[in-house]
Amino acid sequence: MSFASALFWVCSLTAVLGAIATIAARNPIRNAMGLLLTISSMAGLYLTLNAEFLAATQLIVYAGAVIVLFVFVIMLLGPDASPATDTRGAFPRIAGAVGLGLLSLMLTVFALRASGGPHEMPPARAELGTVEAVGTTIFTKALVPFELVTVLFLAAIVGAVALARGKQKHETVATGTQRGES
Amino acid sequence: MIPLEYYLVLAALIFTVGAVGFLVRRNLLVQLMCLELMLNAVNVTLVAFNRFRQDDHAGQVFAFFVIAVAAAEAAVGLAIVMALYRLRRSVRSDEADLLKN
Repeated sequence: MSFASALFWVCSLTAVLGAIATIAARNPIRNAMGLLLTISSMAGLYLTLNAEFLAATQLIVYAGAVIVLFVFVIMLLGPDASPATDTRGAFPRIAGAVGLGLLSLMLTVFALRASGGPHEMPPARAELGTVEAVGTTIFTKALVPFELVTVLFLAAIVGAVALARGKQKHETVATGTQRGES
Repeated sequence: MIPLEYYLVLAALIFTVGAVGFLVRRNLLVQLMCLELMLNAVNVTLVAFNRFRQDDHAGQVFAFFVIAVAAAEAAVGLAIVMALYRLRRSVRSDEADLLKN
């Protein structure tokens, strides 16, 4: 077994385990750590797919920013981040049935598509997934979406600050009755 | 080498886990994490297909943009969770019924 195959099997196992921990754990911090495990494993999977730039981006953006943001909010909320009653009634069974149906549907599609044997990956080109090649594509072919993403980030920053900051003191007095009703 | 289908099956597994978690859990923070799981699963299929058909880097660039949009979504989503918590003192998605009646 080559190194790439071993990396694939280890990373896929930890990714699935982390995903299950993400949805099953009761403590939100453990949910976040499960998500961190899944995301780090996916960076390893990107490495087996010759996507070094994406693996680095995954680790920097997700493990470095998104997970930290989640943990920050969990710490801010304290014990209120984990309500006592989370699931309700027979709903999990229906959701499980929906999930099983979705999974079996996707697996059937893959099985039909794979008729004629699993498709082996062709040998990778030398420049596939390097920073230089991906960066050239981003700044030539995908320049307009890239600029749109920068505008999206600006809007997201302003929106997040406006939402998380909430109403200030003098505004709270004016809308105090509204809040009492709710 | 690992065949293409193995990556697709793994992505389907993780996507389903994320979808079931989104339906079952009532904690908004966990539901946002399940959204991230599903987006990541789709990214794996994009990168795997790019490895399979390597004429250009369309799949990897698409996955890059998905990561960017997911980061923006997480920031705004968590800000909405904080706003809801300030209003209702709870992060249960059942409590978000301000528009009901």
